[in-house]
Amino acid sequence: MPKLPNLPAPPLPGPLQEPPPRPGEQNGAGGPLEDAKQAGITTVAWLDERTSLSGAARWMMFRKVPKGTNWFYTLGSATMFAFLNQAVTGVFLAMYYRPEPGGGAYESVRYITNDVFLGQFVRGMHKWGASVMVVLVFVHMGRTFFFGAYKYPRELNWVIGVVLLILTMAMSFTGYLLPFDERAYWATTVGVNINGTGPLIGPYLSDFLRGGAEIGGTTLSRFYAIHMLLIPGLLIALIGAHLYLVAKLGTTAPPWKKSEKRRELFEAEV
Amino acid sequence: MTGTAHTAGAIAAGSFLLPALGFAVGPIFKKNVIRWETVGTVDDFPDNNYIPTVLTVTPGIGEAGKTTVYVRKYNPELDASSSDNALPFIAISDRCVHLGCPVRWVDAAERFICPCHGGVYEMLGKPIAGPPVRPLDRFYTRVNGENVEIGARFSVNSLLRRFSPRDPGEPLDGIGQYLYPSRPDARK
Repeated sequence: MPKLPNLPAPPLPGPLQEPPPRPGEQNGAGGPLEDAKQAGITTVAWLDERTSLSGAARWMMFRKVPKGTNWFYTLGSATMFAFLNQAVTGVFLAMYYRPEPGGGAYESVRYITNDVFLGQFVRGMHKWGASVMVVLVFVHMGRTFFFGAYKYPRELNWVIGVVLLILTMAMSFTGYLLPFDERAYWATTVGVNINGTGPLIGPYLSDFLRGGAEIGGTTLSRFYAIHMLLIPGLLIALIGAHLYLVAKLGTTAPPWKKSEKRRELFEAEV
Repeated sequence: MTGTAHTAGAIAAGSFLLPALGFAVGPIFKKNVIRWETVGTVDDFPDNNYIPTVLTVTPGIGEAGKTTVYVRKYNPELDASSSDNALPFIAISDRCVHLGCPVRWVDAAERFICPCHGGVYEMLGKPIAGPPVRPLDRFYTRVNGENVEIGARFSVNSLLRRFSPRDPGEPLDGIGQYLYPSRPDARK
């Protein structure tokens, strides 16, 4: 069947005619899906016109990666997701937790575990997630070491990573006291006293950690403040620097991947 | 202008950083109030065996602020060699000087035994096995009428000579007393 030619629209009086599309608008009816897409594009364009963030996002997300990149290269991201899990669950635990040494801390943790809806689950995510994060940090560190990915020009990123490892351990140490049960109390006693065995500054360090000569009310609130304000701030800042350097310097090829020989050398050998 | 602005910025930053720092390290220099606490009457304690008593070291935080003190009467046969001649009662802290776990007095063995890492101390609190680095800490004692009162903590070296209180894990013999300074408020 031959295609009919497009006939001109019948002449209609002005108010009844469809208004012509504005510049930049899609021609014709797109439906709600098209409208949503357009709204998204418009929003992103509005933001980008004022911030120029799309360049940074492209720089971060569309990078060249060497041949041989494999699942081992996702360990850093896995660690970061473990950290995000700790951050999110920690924020919600803080809504119920009370750092009172006279029984209030223990009671609030008992309340979270037994009475709050999904409380046991969220607390479990935070508790087990902490161990997962420590394990992932070490596996990630081992991957970097055995792939030789700490070498020039990535030494600074290794150093930042070591600081992140220390901060993660400090998070584990300060978080352990917060339930304020027997295990928490005695583990912190032992941990603080290990700090105190350092010559010359040890006694001052343990007094600083306890907030006095004995474990007491100031110790708990001090550990809580360090655990949820001081170290998380440092961790977020240093993770940002860590990621910036990864994007800036690029990742390394795995050590078993040989670089390809240049063509002229190849022919000369043959 | 630049120099003035930098100075103003430094003053502004210092005006909140310095007080915050003082806030954080202040407790190191806090003066401890010495409290005397009655733990029993003179007749409650024999001179050849320890009786456990409970002492409040940090008031206002319930069970977490309490500690156990093992008390017996001064015994000239046992204690002649120590420097505690002036004290009417021997009060030994249950805080293990390895890393601070609570030791318990085992009557049958006449030993203080620590559950955490196997520290063992004899009758006078001197370490005889395991990792502890000095004898168990003691407390000042006095008799007030019929009551036995316990005061401040002090540490002892292997000759049972008195030192201002030190944390666990800090040896007091030889160079140890200089490597682990006492806290500022305890110095005379």
